[in-house]
Amino acid sequence: MFNVDKIRQDFPMLQGKTNEGKPLIYLDNGATTLKPNSVIEAVTNYYQNITSNINRGDYKLAYLVDQAYEKTREVVADFINCQSKEVVFTYGTTHSLNQIAYGYGLNNLKENDEILITVAEHASNTLPWYQLAAITKAKVKFIPLDKTGKITVENVRKMLNENVKIVSIAQVSNVLGCISDVKAIAREVHKFNAVLVVDGAQSVPHIKTDVKDLDCDFLVFSAHKMCGPTAVGVMYGKYHLLEKMMPLMLGGGMNLHFDTDFNVKLKAVPYKFEAGTSNIEAVLGLKAAIKYLKEIGMDNIANYEKQLKDYTISELKKLDNVIVYNPEADIGIISFNVLDKGKIIFGQDVASYLSKHGLCLRSGNHCAKNLWQYLAVDSTVRCALYFYNTKEEVDKLIEVLKTTTLENCVDVIL
Amino acid sequence: MNSIKDNPILKREIMMDHYESPRNFQLIDDNSYRQIHVYSQSCQDDIKLQVLINNDIIEDIRFEGNACVIATASTSIMTELIKGCSIKQAKEIIENYFNMINQKEYGENILKEAVVFESVGRQVNRISCATLSWNGLKQLLNENEES
Repeated sequence: MFNVDKIRQDFPMLQGKTNEGKPLIYLDNGATTLKPNSVIEAVTNYYQNITSNINRGDYKLAYLVDQAYEKTREVVADFINCQSKEVVFTYGTTHSLNQIAYGYGLNNLKENDEILITVAEHASNTLPWYQLAAITKAKVKFIPLDKTGKITVENVRKMLNENVKIVSIAQVSNVLGCISDVKAIAREVHKFNAVLVVDGAQSVPHIKTDVKDLDCDFLVFSAHKMCGPTAVGVMYGKYHLLEKMMPLMLGGGMNLHFDTDFNVKLKAVPYKFEAGTSNIEAVLGLKAAIKYLKEIGMDNIANYEKQLKDYTISELKKLDNVIVYNPEADIGIISFNVLDKGKIIFGQDVASYLSKHGLCLRSGNHCAKNLWQYLAVDSTVRCALYFYNTKEEVDKLIEVLKTTTLENCVDVIL
Repeated sequence: MNSIKDNPILKREIMMDHYESPRNFQLIDDNSYRQIHVYSQSCQDDIKLQVLINNDIIEDIRFEGNACVIATASTSIMTELIKGCSIKQAKEIIENYFNMINQKEYGENILKEAVVFESVGRQVNRISCATLSWNGLKQLLNENEES
C-alpha cells in the first residue's frame, strides 16, 4: 500500500530541513529530486567500502565493483524492458541526446534531410539538432502543438515525408506536463524509415516505461530526476542502431586496440560509448534508485501523483489571482503565473516570495525557450510534484499564493 | 526628513513606484548613445541600457527591458541618480551603491532613494537583480574611458 508518511521517512531532506527558516517544501522536482537513504548509502558505500576502478578486474575488489556496475545495466534494462547490452551509461539526458545527434546524425543525415522536433523541447533536445543541421545542411522543422500543448499523432503525420530522418520529442514536456502518445507516433515515424528519439527525462521518473511496447528507437533519461545521483543518465538504443553509431567521446575503456599506424578497434556496444572512468558511484546510486522506485511500484507512483496533481490544479483554479497554463497536464508539472491588479507578477519575484515561506519552486523559461511564443508569456512559475509530496504541502502553497501580491514580493528584501 | 532606510513602508512605496512607472524607460535610436545589453545568467532579467556622454557629463541615460521588481526598480532609480552627473560623480555613486550592497560603509545622502536596496542581501540570490544594471553602467563608463 502506498503510504506517503512512511515514504517521507526515507528521505533525509524531508526530515525537518528548512528553507529561509521555514519548513522545507520542495516542489522543484522537474529540476532535480530528493534522494532516499538507500541511494545515499549506495553512493557512500562505494567510497567507504568498495573503491576501485571498473573494467580492470585484476584483483577481487575491482572485480566486485565491475559486477555491481554491470548489474546496474541489468536493473535498468529490466526497468525499461530492453536488453542490458542496449543500456549505455552517460552523464545524463543532455549527454545522451548529444551522443545520438552526433553519433547517429552525422553518419545518417545529408543536405535537405529533415529533423522534426517541437517548440516545447528542452534546450538539450533542441540545440544538438540545430548544430547537427548546421553541419550536415539538414533542416530542423517543428511539429505544431495542439491547443493544449500536446503533440498529436495527426500533426506528426502531417510533418512526415521521405526527407525526415530523425524525430526527437519529449515523452513529457517539462513545462506543460502532457504525455505524448509515443507508441502511435513511433508507428507513423517508422512508416518513413525515420528514427524516433524520446526524451524521457520527465516521464521515466513518473510513469512505467516499456521501450519494446513504445517501439521508440532511442530513449534517454537522467538518474537525478528519479531519486538517483546527479551526472549519470542512460541512453537506450535499439542494438542494431547502436552498433552503427560512432561514440561521441573516445579514450580509455572503450577501445580494444590501437597502434602507430592509426589502426583503432573499438569495444562492442555498449562499452564503446563509455570512454574514460565513469561516474561509478552514481551508476551504483542509480541502481539503488530504481530498486527503490520499483519497491514502491511505478503504477502506485503514477496513481498517487495523478491524484495530487488533480488536487493541486483544482485548488489553483479556485484562486482568482492565478493563471494555470496547462490545466490539462497529465503528470504533476503545473505552470502558472500570479496576477496583481490583472498584471502578471514577474516569476522570480513570486518564487522569492514563496521561498520566504519555505516553498521551493522554479520560475523562468525552464530551458524551453522556443515555447514562449506559443504560450504568449515570457516565463512561468512551475510546481513540479513527486510521489513524496503531500496534500498538506500543496495546501501551504495555495495559502501562500493567496497572499502573493507585488507589495509582499517587494517586502521580501526590505 | 525621516531616513528612507528606516521606513519600510516608504521603501516599499519607492520600489513599487519605480517598478510600475519606471523612469527614463524608453530607448532611443541614436548612434551617439553608448548601449549595453545586460541579462542574468540565472533568471529572466533582461535589460538594455543607453547613455549619452558629452564632455564627461552623462547627459542622458535610458533603459528598456523585461525584469523583476528589484532589477527594474534598481535600474530606474539608478537612471534618476546618474542623469546629469559627471563621470567622476557617477563613479562615486556606483562605488557607494556596491559598498551598500556588500554591507560596507556608504553615504546615505549620495545614494538617496537607492538605499531601498540596503537589505537586498537578505535574499542572497537577489543581489544579482539589484546589481545587474549597475554593473552594466560600470562597464559602459569603462568602455567610454578606453575609447
